[in-house]
Amino acid sequence: MRLKKNIAISESGYLFNPSTGDSYSVNQMAFKILEFIKEEKPIKEMSAQIIEEYDVGEQQLLEDFDDFIGHLKQLGLIDE
Amino acid sequence: MNDKITIGVTGLNAIDSPGPGVGVIRSLRDCKDFDVRIIGLSYDALEPGVYMHDLVDKTYQIPYPSAGSEPLKKRLEHIHSIEKIDVIIPNFDAELANYIKLGPELKKWGIHTFLPSMEQLEVLDKMHLAEFGEKNGFLVPKTKTISSVQQIDDLGDEFDFPMVVKGRYYEAYIAKSKAQVETYFHKLNAKWGLPVIIQEFVNGTEIDIAGLGDGKGNLVGAIPMRKLYITSNGKGWSGVVLGDDNLVEMARKFVKASKWKSGFELELMRTEDEKYYVMEVNPRFPAWIFTTAAAGQNLPAALVKLVLKMPIKYFTEYEVGKMFVRYSWDLITDISEFHQLSTTGEL
Repeated sequence: MRLKKNIAISESGYLFNPSTGDSYSVNQMAFKILEFIKEEKPIKEMSAQIIEEYDVGEQQLLEDFDDFIGHLKQLGLIDE
Repeated sequence: MNDKITIGVTGLNAIDSPGPGVGVIRSLRDCKDFDVRIIGLSYDALEPGVYMHDLVDKTYQIPYPSAGSEPLKKRLEHIHSIEKIDVIIPNFDAELANYIKLGPELKKWGIHTFLPSMEQLEVLDKMHLAEFGEKNGFLVPKTKTISSVQQIDDLGDEFDFPMVVKGRYYEAYIAKSKAQVETYFHKLNAKWGLPVIIQEFVNGTEIDIAGLGDGKGNLVGAIPMRKLYITSNGKGWSGVVLGDDNLVEMARKFVKASKWKSGFELELMRTEDEKYYVMEVNPRFPAWIFTTAAAGQNLPAALVKLVLKMPIKYFTEYEVGKMFVRYSWDLITDISEFHQLSTTGEL
């Protein structure tokens, strides 16, 4: 799973898809997850870091993560 | 040639449905490789560009395109005797035929134009675009021309509602019923004449590509843009430059197939299943052309360099994400300027 080519994410959480011209504003958590995806880090590493920083269980985190990825796929922002 | 290049530019109607002239002039003035003196060629004393004295050095009124090429020739002869024009960039679809016709004569006087042939222009006409698309592998919505209200009765066999009703040169409406087709037919006929064009309705995202062809089948440059805000007139009020190689390749394919010699705009519709339909080809630069200069491809300046045989580079890159946001601005002038242009034809 990787972000589509050329997708730009600014530090303020603004995401721009240059192929379609669509842009989105994401919250801090979504930005963090997108950074992990962009750097192609393993999901395990991401979940470990988030669980350490936030008050969330692994099960809940992975469910929310799947939802988020589903949403990104729907918007055509990631390749399998 | 003078130290400054003297360039005549039409399309100074920077109104809610803007002509490209002001954008073209901004691009020319933005180019650091030459200095320009801009001669505005206006049809109406209320074209806003006429009063933009930081952009336009002098304006002359010219006869409407419907008057034909002879009155235009006489007027240009007079203007040229004073201004010694080097290049004219016409920016209205409706006037191109006159300038193409006058091209050889203008050249004798020392005025350069960079325009396609009449045949090339006709091939890409709204009425013949579907044929061009079929021949060259572009998707174009099904199109039919009608010249009488009686022909509307037969449209139901070929087109579903809604269908698009377009004017010969400008304007388009989406008709949801036969009664609406009739209304729009009369409205467009009264304004732009016959025929009226009927087109299959294609739903999707509007994307435009501004480009420049060198007349030998090569693309000098092309910038794709997605409209972010569309006015009730269907005009893009804001847009963002896209980074999509497929779109640039589409422009390249178009120029190769048409051997287009001039600026152009491909109006595309991207459907949900990611097909691109060519809705229209505008045979001149679009009103948002200054965005191409801002994104790193100054296409109007490249046109001037091509026509004056100056060194030119064919663009390969541009800056994605450049945006334009159009705005309205009350330009203050004095009634004396309006009077002067209206009565003497010069300002």
